Amino acid sequence: MLAAKVIMDQGVHVEGINFFTGFCVEGHTHAIRHKDKAKAKRNNALWVADQLGMKLHIIDVIEDYKNVVLNPKHGYGQHLNPCLDCKIFMVNQAQAWAWLEENDFDFILTGEVVGQRPMSQRKDTMPVIARESGADERLLRPLSALNLPETLAEREGWVDRAKLFGFSGRNRKPQMALAASLGITEYSQPAGGCCFLTDAKYASKLADLWQARGEREYEMDDIMLLKIGRHIRPRAGFKLIVSREEGENNYLEGYKKTFRNLYPVSHKGPLTLVDGESDENDLQLAARVVARYSQGRDADQVTVCIRETDGATREIDVAPLPPSEIPDAWHV
Amino acid sequence: MHGMFKIDARRLLCPLPVIRTQDRIKELQPGDELSVLCSDPGTLHDIPAWCRVHGHQVIESSTVDDEIHFLIRVC
Repeated sequence: MLAAKVIMDQGVHVEGINFFTGFCVEGHTHAIRHKDKAKAKRNNALWVADQLGMKLHIIDVIEDYKNVVLNPKHGYGQHLNPCLDCKIFMVNQAQAWAWLEENDFDFILTGEVVGQRPMSQRKDTMPVIARESGADERLLRPLSALNLPETLAEREGWVDRAKLFGFSGRNRKPQMALAASLGITEYSQPAGGCCFLTDAKYASKLADLWQARGEREYEMDDIMLLKIGRHIRPRAGFKLIVSREEGENNYLEGYKKTFRNLYPVSHKGPLTLVDGESDENDLQLAARVVARYSQGRDADQVTVCIRETDGATREIDVAPLPPSEIPDAWHV
Repeated sequence: MHGMFKIDARRLLCPLPVIRTQDRIKELQPGDELSVLCSDPGTLHDIPAWCRVHGHQVIESSTVDDEIHFLIRVC
């Protein structure tokens, strides 16, 4: 937001590009969970564009992004976050660079700041992004430009380097002060957190999915479902996705023709998807887990419906599984 | 003669309904109207915001039984 504003204030026409990888945090879980109803449901990039009066183009890169997640040349960060490859991908010839050429723009700008992020925003890695993306000297970082070599936009006089900044490090106070001086009082959270791949729990679920399938692959539905519910894996090849509340129940209903699923009928409780192969013993166990997370958790018996993907249903009565019989290791 | 078009973006979570709207509008002509049906409450902010920044006009919006409907005039 700040980088765009700084350049727009120099009289340059700026349009935004936002890439949807499937791992973006904003929107999704807030939209699903009823308990988050009070939270603002908005795409932050769109909100910023709206505030700045700037066109924003949102590009679906889910398919192309798989190669970044599965084969990051520069490796992962703390979890499964391929931050450096991600930045290169977004600026590279197939994405922002191609868009720039197709739409007759002159340069790309990003809000990166030297030293702000441990992997992708270091003094030694930021030139790697410029070089490997192919954008090279057409990539301008207005907030940190004074720490970096002059770029084409500055040399050609399209922007005035004297009006750019030399921010560095993790401290966001200079950016906050600049925002205040530009009249910007509301902005999205400044310290990352916008990608599920940086989240330890999410990364663990994704690693579990790959291990269970014996291959490092994913589809859009896989990565969506990892954001929802409790994931309980009693054994390899058999996982339960147990909704935690009504909003998740409603969302998981959309998968009832894809996954065998269970729900309590004698009490209120969670819709649960069965991921993988399940025999009669597995279904008994699944029904007891469903009962444990239902409002009948303290009852002697709970009636649970098992629904097949073709819609066929049958009901079984089970005793709720005591929490002590759900080992921590089952929780993915 | 302007056209009337529609897309069904129900069960898609933001920003996918916006992307579907954006991509469909790219194919339309000024004056055409696009009806968009959504279920993600995030669209209540995002679709009008996207239309504002691109200069398109939301001429109707309504919510019935958790389904959100927008009628957009392409400008």
